[in-house]
Amino acid sequence: MTQTGSAPVRRLSRTSGGAGGWGSAQRLIPGLGLVPFALYVLIFLLIPTVLALTTGFFNRSGAFTWDNIAALVDPTVLKTFGNSLWISLLTAALGALVGAIVCYALLSFSPTSRLRASVEAVSSVLAQFGGVMLAFAFIATIGVQGLLTVLLKDVFGVALYPGEIWLYQMPGLILPYLYFQIPLMVLTFMPALSGLKPAWTEANATLGGSSWTFWRRVGIPVLAPAFAGGFLLLFANSFSAYATAAALISQGSQIVPLQIRTALISETVLGRENLAGALALGMIVIMIVLMLAYSALQARTARWQK
Amino acid sequence: MSTVKTLGSARRVRASHSLAPRRPFATTVLVVIGLLFALPLIAMVEFSLRTTTGHGLEHWTGLFDPANEFRYRPLFGGLVESLTLALIAIAIVILMLLPTTLLVRLRFPKLVRVLEFITVIPIAIPAIALVVGLAPVFGASIRIINSGTVVLGLIYGILVLPFAARALDASIRAVDVPTLVEAARSLGASWPRVFVRILLPVLRRGIVAASFISIAVVLGEYTIASLLNRQNLQVAIVSISRSDPYVAVIFSLLALAFVTVLLAVIGRIATPKRKVFDV
Repeated sequence: MTQTGSAPVRRLSRTSGGAGGWGSAQRLIPGLGLVPFALYVLIFLLIPTVLALTTGFFNRSGAFTWDNIAALVDPTVLKTFGNSLWISLLTAALGALVGAIVCYALLSFSPTSRLRASVEAVSSVLAQFGGVMLAFAFIATIGVQGLLTVLLKDVFGVALYPGEIWLYQMPGLILPYLYFQIPLMVLTFMPALSGLKPAWTEANATLGGSSWTFWRRVGIPVLAPAFAGGFLLLFANSFSAYATAAALISQGSQIVPLQIRTALISETVLGRENLAGALALGMIVIMIVLMLAYSALQARTARWQK
Repeated sequence: MSTVKTLGSARRVRASHSLAPRRPFATTVLVVIGLLFALPLIAMVEFSLRTTTGHGLEHWTGLFDPANEFRYRPLFGGLVESLTLALIAIAIVILMLLPTTLLVRLRFPKLVRVLEFITVIPIAIPAIALVVGLAPVFGASIRIINSGTVVLGLIYGILVLPFAARALDASIRAVDVPTLVEAARSLGASWPRVFVRILLPVLRRGIVAASFISIAVVLGEYTIASLLNRQNLQVAIVSISRSDPYVAVIFSLLALAFVTVLLAVIGRIATPKRKVFDV
């Protein structure tokens, strides 16, 4: 019934809609329908975003100050930003590399194979598997009493922690972060890699190119934007991650998210009242730069994926 | 003679220069990485089965032992809180995001890009940075709404926007919504009737996917709840882990299994069949 009715109805309503001075009233009433969502987004997204960006410029009594922003170049704060950038760079580089290798290995299986479908399904679960649960997974694996720690000690006589327990320090974040970075890379890079057309290898072979020529002249140039885009996404992902670090590292604030925690929980950090605002501003600025670069790369990637 | 040579080398080239790596190499890579990824999950299961004497189900059964009720009450309280928060977030998705998305598509096509932009903001702004601005908003709204759960649920509605919007968008694009709406309207259906009888059934795949991804996001949320001092599931898991790491690991496993099921269902329904009128 619905199917047969649609064509004439559309014509009918078009003509009635176009008639005369109804325009403004017809727009006004549906426009009211946008109000609830607009108000909701204003209160719970836009105002908090603006507050997060601006509280750094004010002291507790509401007077304007450069004091907190100046703290962004304080050696302690610079060091946490350095740590955050370093861990993001490392886990994004390793994650992108290993993720790309997994994608490459998957190429030798048919796109419709059960294996590829299940690797993609598992990746989408693990890419979401962040937070405190991930911290417990690694405490159970390489914690002091973890399965791997005990196995290495009992079977091979190898001590995972000859010195201090690095799982609860900055280096302890690397493995858990890779656990969600690699699957995320698989999810983002696989479409680009599957987009390489067999016709291109054939063209390369017909023209006498070797496999090396193909990758150097065609494969790598075509995939580079997608790889770089995936790397940026991974970088942003670990740069903004908080829960895993919060659950693993209970003392100190080695990375920016943990320093925001400290600044929010204790009244003053480094003798400043609204340091959390300045730190949030710093984080958001870096994230916006990453996201702009990512969307620019996306546009280049899309060119080859038609 | 030269032609023969060229042909021969071309054939050899094509055979050895397929894009795909050799099967044994590919299998080795996947098996090694697969095992490394399985290790933490196996470790969690093994850890949860440890007892003072060896291995057993002690910690699993202890969870439902009435004797431990007092000890685990915060944990189950956190679970109920997180499920309530998920329901509020889903309500926002269905009652606010969905009608707004449809209204924008039907009447204000110029605003489609604006809506897309708004829905990706929560990805670009890390939760740990957003919470700095959310804290004063939370404080102010709790004075009006008088329920921390409801206010946090409203905040979670924002967090799930990017995921829910994408899921809804995919199912809206698969259907000719304007035609369906005009057909129903011209046959005399009221707007609420169009929404309930036409749009909800036709878009149900997208709605279910959006709801499930919202549940997955809300059940895993720790950052905002912990810094606003709300006891949700993740906050409760962290606080019990200090006295009882086994239960923390068990709950992490259960949450992971649950999210896996949710995402598997989404994967099943996300591939839209061409049958639109199978209502």
